Amino acid sequence: MDLDYRALGLKVGLEIHQELKTHKLFCSCPSVLRDENPPMTITRRLRPTQSEMGEVDRAAMAEALKGKSFHYQLYPDTVCLVEMDEEPPHPIDDEILDTALQICLLLNAKPVDEIHVMRKIVIDGSNTSGFQRTALIATDGWVEVDGKRYTIQTVCLEEDAARKVKEFAEFVDYRLDRLGIPLVEVATGAEFSDPETPARVAFYIGQLMRATGKVKRGLGTIRQDINISIAKGARQEIKGIQELELISEVIRREVQRQLGLIEIANELRKRGAVQIRPDIRDVSDVFSSTECKIIREALRRGGRVLAVVLPRFAGLVGKEIQPGRRLGTEFADHAKLYGKVRGIFHTDELPAYGVSEEETSKLREALGAGELDAVVLVADQAENARRALEAVVARANQAIAGVPEETRRALPDGNTEFMRPLPGAARMYPETDIPPRPITPARIRKLKKTLPELPEQKMERYQKLFNLNPELAHRIVSSDFSDLFESIVRETGADPTLVVTTLTETLTSLRREGIPVDRIQDSALLELFKRQASGNIAKEAIPDLLSKLAEGQTVDQAIEELKITAFSEDELRALVQRVLKEREEFVRERGESALKPLMGVVMAEVRGRIDGKTVHSILLQELKRFLNSSLPNP
Amino acid sequence: MTGYCGIAKRVLASARARVGDRVRIESAGRVYEGILMPRSELGDDRHLVLKLPNGYNIGVRVDSQTRVRVLERGRPPKLSIPSLPVRPDPSKPTVAILGTGGTIASRVDYRTGAVFPAFTPEEIYSAVPELADIANIRVREVCNVFSEHMTPALWTRIGRAAAHELNRGARGVVIAHGTDTMGYTAAALSFMLIGLFRPVVLVGSQRSSDRPSSDAALNLISAVSVASTSDIAEVTVVMHGSTSDDYCLVHRGTRVRKCHTSRRDAFHSINDLPLAVVRGSEIRLLRTDYRRAAEKGRVRVDAKFDPRVVLIKATPGASADLIRAAVDRGYHGIVLEGTGLGHAPSSMFDGIKHAISAGIPVVMTSQCLWGRINMNVYSTGRDLLSLGVIPADDMLPETAYVKLMWVLGHTRRMEKVAQLMRQNVAGEISERTRADTYPPPWRE
Repeated sequence: MDLDYRALGLKVGLEIHQELKTHKLFCSCPSVLRDENPPMTITRRLRPTQSEMGEVDRAAMAEALKGKSFHYQLYPDTVCLVEMDEEPPHPIDDEILDTALQICLLLNAKPVDEIHVMRKIVIDGSNTSGFQRTALIATDGWVEVDGKRYTIQTVCLEEDAARKVKEFAEFVDYRLDRLGIPLVEVATGAEFSDPETPARVAFYIGQLMRATGKVKRGLGTIRQDINISIAKGARQEIKGIQELELISEVIRREVQRQLGLIEIANELRKRGAVQIRPDIRDVSDVFSSTECKIIREALRRGGRVLAVVLPRFAGLVGKEIQPGRRLGTEFADHAKLYGKVRGIFHTDELPAYGVSEEETSKLREALGAGELDAVVLVADQAENARRALEAVVARANQAIAGVPEETRRALPDGNTEFMRPLPGAARMYPETDIPPRPITPARIRKLKKTLPELPEQKMERYQKLFNLNPELAHRIVSSDFSDLFESIVRETGADPTLVVTTLTETLTSLRREGIPVDRIQDSALLELFKRQASGNIAKEAIPDLLSKLAEGQTVDQAIEELKITAFSEDELRALVQRVLKEREEFVRERGESALKPLMGVVMAEVRGRIDGKTVHSILLQELKRFLNSSLPNP
Repeated sequence: MTGYCGIAKRVLASARARVGDRVRIESAGRVYEGILMPRSELGDDRHLVLKLPNGYNIGVRVDSQTRVRVLERGRPPKLSIPSLPVRPDPSKPTVAILGTGGTIASRVDYRTGAVFPAFTPEEIYSAVPELADIANIRVREVCNVFSEHMTPALWTRIGRAAAHELNRGARGVVIAHGTDTMGYTAAALSFMLIGLFRPVVLVGSQRSSDRPSSDAALNLISAVSVASTSDIAEVTVVMHGSTSDDYCLVHRGTRVRKCHTSRRDAFHSINDLPLAVVRGSEIRLLRTDYRRAAEKGRVRVDAKFDPRVVLIKATPGASADLIRAAVDRGYHGIVLEGTGLGHAPSSMFDGIKHAISAGIPVVMTSQCLWGRINMNVYSTGRDLLSLGVIPADDMLPETAYVKLMWVLGHTRRMEKVAQLMRQNVAGEISERTRADTYPPPWRE
């Protein structure tokens, strides 16, 4: 779908979160994630403080207090009392602060004069303290991408949250390994008006941050949020886009969703739809002998089937607003969150799922629903079902008005789902356990002198110094391996082009085959290229060797196992002479054009043990000599 | 001009800017707008604190060139917690909560970042509404100090307030107290309150009550539970029993010690089992040897404390000087925190002799904390005994310190002091050491 995004009034802003690979922000624990079973778990609860609750209502407070408890999994060797909220935070150390300030300077942002750490209230359990510690460290920056400048509004330094492992009805499992890893948050202005540019700018900002050499790499270590609106729609915050490639798709699909919702709102107003009062009825009787498994099961467990009429919504609940997502899907998001139900049914999709035509019409009859009306039903424990339908009605009423402002979660296909309404102003107050930290002009001057190279400077240098073409230079600079590339080339004298293609193409294609190449140590790669450069192994052997290295073998072991022993030119010459002799008739017949087929024969024997180029030249020499020397007697 | 001084204060004064005002600051070519915030007393005089519209605070460097303009006068912040009126329920017991400093419950004002403490019952109900299901509470502020600034005079004031509340009909008393010296106050009240017939419970928190993860609410709910429903007519401390928010422990006031600087479960009973476990509204007793509550009674306050006591640690190479100095400065009693079974280096002997010959009792406890003094095993112990040092059995050094003040408040006769120090008055000494009172070993 090609849209005129500018005409639609598209406005997109980016928020990029990058983890640093230093130790944690407020303690000295290493920033490592753990996979094995946790040796310790503690249980906590968080109390919404007065200020969270708005007006004081004892019942509401009591309800909130009944909320979930949190099980925090921890590893005493890499998680300490600070993450457990059992020890006050330590001051931010200089390495972390300097790295964050370097990023600010690379983004042309102006550091604040004095850093104040704040507590941002978060009571979903993802922070043991009930707040996330965050500090604004710079404002008013810019980056230039493809000749255009984009505003960097703010740069913050904050702690990452605990990882949610699993959510249950009564509690949530979190793992404390991620809590406290330093995150640099970069927010751009909301000034993008097409879906493609934000991805390019996000990529460039990611490059700048990597230039410090102190950021983490790999899935989940950089996360993008976007805020997005179109003129007739509403502002959305979309959280947790883990891959750059997805940003443009998320934007396109969000515009599509908002246009769909606007169309629905127009249609509803045309039909004269008005705000709906939630008249929720029990229609269990209609389904007393239903074939629908979900409903039957719910009734068997003592649940009820509740339903509500959405007047004039017929045909619109089932209307697709994103590929595979309908207005009904949005209803279901709300029902699941507020009613804790598994899902909803609506008449735009019935009869289906075992609900018969007869039941559908009985249902309409029982509720007095007309042809233009839609009916939504939920089968669950009565209280949950009621809450779910109330949430559906609330969302349906928003649909009459247009697009509601929401915080949404990005899904892997580029769609988004409802998370919560857009929050009001952040609830922040000072972290009194950490004194304000002045940033002196002298510190900034010193950092400015030691700023890392910008990606574009590095590209230029690689082209000059290593004779790389622009494409290869770009490829290595934008990969995670430019430092490694430099040290390999400098220390081993290997061919820069070979090193680039190995570190980018070869590793990537092996990774796609499922080979765990990320386990290969930098030192093993260095050793591998040392052998290659000194002629011990041929470049053709590199992919096979890398596979072995990924299994944890040393370079020596891999060479041994693959029987790649050095093959000298003399040995090769002897082999070539033998092959020529064995195929004398063929060679005579074909003359020099036998080269190509013979090359195949020889390579089959020596592949990986000696360079193809060498094989080619020796074969050519020997072939000529053979043809000359063995000319038939006249 | 909260917290500002020096040049920052002068710049603000000349702009007539007050904390809470929305201001515009021009400094070194940068322009910021936001709400002027108070400066913490730890901060220097070179920065103004500004809350930006996005909620973040930053410090803006200030010098004679800095220009400040008030854009809008600030609204005075609401200095209270919205109160939750609760009608007293005649079927529920009344618990008196005594404040001594620190905050039992509090509320954050996000506009200014200020934390307001709760004082009235309505404010406390509003922060911890569960209390209304347990008891009718009344609240009284006895003093307002951080617990490290507590004094024997304040112990007495707290003790009198507690006795007064019990004698006028409270089912129990809860004393909100800073955690640093809560053990000392608990011991002091244990000796002071004579004829106790209802619970007196000290409670505190290791995470301040302004944060969602605070331990204050669970501790307070548990303490009010103990005060209103248990039959433990003793002075106790109720605090978290583990790092999880699952249960609290009830510790005897003379046996409890803060053993960790920051953990929720910092409080331990030493050389003794806790009295009970509190889980929700359920109180499970761990032992039967405690003083039982009675329908009727009258608490008497015996608050004769002689504050001229010192606690001195015996360390390798320690000299006699400190002890001598204490005697010469007119102190009336010395508690030694000895090594091991109750020893001190011979370099301290002269001082000890000097004290005892001047009629100043010297009481021996152990810096091991766990275990009992026995000065008969080694010759150093026997030497110290022969000098007249009084062994304090399995008493905590802090408890011995408080007890010696209390004993000296009643008599300075050496034999009488020795006899009282060695006699169990308020559960501070036991004849037997249970095997399960020591922290369990590291388990693989």
